[in-house]
Amino acid sequence: MADFGFSISKPQSIDTNDMDVGRLQALEAKVPSFKRCINCGACTATCSAGQFGGFNIRRIHNLYRWDQRKGLEKELQQCMLCGKCTLVCPRGVNLRYLIIRLRKALADNK
Amino acid sequence: MKEREKPVHGDDNPKPREVKRRLKSTKRISRRKRLEFEEVELPLQVAIIGGGVAGMEAASVLTEHRCPVILFEARPELGVNVKNKYKIFPDFSDAGRLVETMTKAMDHPLITVNKDTEIVEIIREPDAYTLLDNKGVPHTVPAVLLASGYEPFDAKRKEELGFGIYEGVINSLQLEDMLREHKVLNSLGEDPRRIVFLQCVGSRDEKVGNHYCSKICCITAVKQAIEVKRQLPDTEVYVFYMDLRLWGQGYEELYREAQEQYSVRFVRGRISEAASTFDGRVQIKSEDTLLGQPLKMVTDLLVLMIGMEASPGTQKLGKTCGLEGPYGFVRSKSPHLEDNLSDKPGFFLAGTCKRPMHIAEAVNDGRAAALEIIKYLRK
Ligand SMILES: Cc1cc2nc3c(=O)[nH]c(=O)nc-3n(C[C@H](O)[C@H](O)[C@H](O)COP(=O)(O)OP(=O)(O)OC[C@H]3O[C@@H](n4cnc5c(N)ncnc54)[C@H](O)[C@@H]3O)c2cc1C
Ligand code: SF4
Ligand code: SF4
Ligand code: SF4
Repeated sequence: MADFGFSISKPQSIDTNDMDVGRLQALEAKVPSFKRCINCGACTATCSAGQFGGFNIRRIHNLYRWDQRKGLEKELQQCMLCGKCTLVCPRGVNLRYLIIRLRKALADNK
Repeated sequence: MKEREKPVHGDDNPKPREVKRRLKSTKRISRRKRLEFEEVELPLQVAIIGGGVAGMEAASVLTEHRCPVILFEARPELGVNVKNKYKIFPDFSDAGRLVETMTKAMDHPLITVNKDTEIVEIIREPDAYTLLDNKGVPHTVPAVLLASGYEPFDAKRKEELGFGIYEGVINSLQLEDMLREHKVLNSLGEDPRRIVFLQCVGSRDEKVGNHYCSKICCITAVKQAIEVKRQLPDTEVYVFYMDLRLWGQGYEELYREAQEQYSVRFVRGRISEAASTFDGRVQIKSEDTLLGQPLKMVTDLLVLMIGMEASPGTQKLGKTCGLEGPYGFVRSKSPHLEDNLSDKPGFFLAGTCKRPMHIAEAVNDGRAAALEIIKYLRK
């Protein structure tokens, strides 16, 4: 086969057919305010961990929405649970508690 | 709302019994002169609370139908909540001129305008209402139109944005003043290199208790961004938004124009906080949510797009009348066919005392309310 100088990489799209909605529903049941997020980004903007470590709390909870859990547990270790994100959220999402529940869910569901 | 059977009376105020008698004669008149009733002057005054665009339009229409009006405005001037703008969306027409036209129409033999007169209490009588003003004078009328309007959100309540603390942080009304003077300057009195607009200040924000969208601020930001660029073509303009709601006719076109002709940059992200820099500028934090990356930006001016809240008059009268709706706005009888009515016969509603509206909506609403009042009085 001719070498074109590049290879076909793994598909980057999320296969939503594989996803287990139950995990998201369980988290939503614990933290109902999570459903109200409108992805405004204020939590990420204010997060001190995000300014330095490339950590993005909004991206993390969106990945979990699509049941994309790979690497999340490790990434979430960067969060200091300072609660600033909770203070700025215009939709009143209880982010700090969400993170605690998310950590637990990820640890329990390896 | 207080209810009572025996009211106090001012000298030239009809007693409720007299109101009833004159109402009866109104009915006789309309029956007799059904076809040309516009020519018959109604023997009773309608009270309008609030001399904004809704109240003034209602007054005009009532007098066209030969109905005498007494208009109360708490402030020394009529139409202040429109006059405090420079050019208004969607057509960049002159706010001052619009108010001038409407104010002129108030100079009418059937209209009595009481400025500097705030209605502080409303008492329901049998077949009438007695309004008490801040000077303690009672006014008894068979019908009342509440058009007590809105109040711009006080951005000091969003402490993290630094309004009232940093000079470079202003609200959209202050920018209107600057645009009117053609003096859009930073805190050092220089031409700004960069201006940042922030949407949804005081609206769609659980932290200030307002879940609703004020619906006029997205288009106001687009309008103001264009005006800034017309006056200062070299200034960079950014608009930070959560959602852009450009729902009205011509709004989306203005949005395109802002992007294409004026190079206004729209960023999808809420600004979480502002801080001042050593040189008197403002540093903001946000996230480009479409990129998934936090960002910082230094700007000469941060313009907060403040929303609309129920005015103190609306909140107070709504409460005393038992018409208090969500967020201190007043509640109409039903939203489709009875939006100018309240659940009290003879008590009508118009304009932004009910919810955020733009000028044309408030004007149309005032007009519609006037026709409901005519219908009620001639029934
Ligand atoms: C920043 C900003 C920009 C805007 N720009 C535009 C624009 O470009 N184009 C547009 O179409 N719309 C615009 N609007 C909306 C516009 O201002 C309103 O639609 C309009 O003013 C509503 O008129 P109104 O008569 O309902 O209420 P108001 O204008 O608020 O009038 C109500 C009046 O009632 C008086 N009052 C209150 N209580 C009492 C009392 N107890 N006794 C006596 N008087 C009382 C008040 O003093 C006030 O004058 C803007 C709004 C904001 C906040
Ligand atoms: S601040 Fe709240 S609404 Fe905004 S992205 Fe974060 S969780 Fe969602
Ligand atoms: S609680 Fe965690 S995610 Fe929220 S601001 Fe603090 S470090 Fe960031
Ligand atoms: S109109 Fe736009 S800026 Fe105003 S509250 Fe609604 S979404 Fe926010």
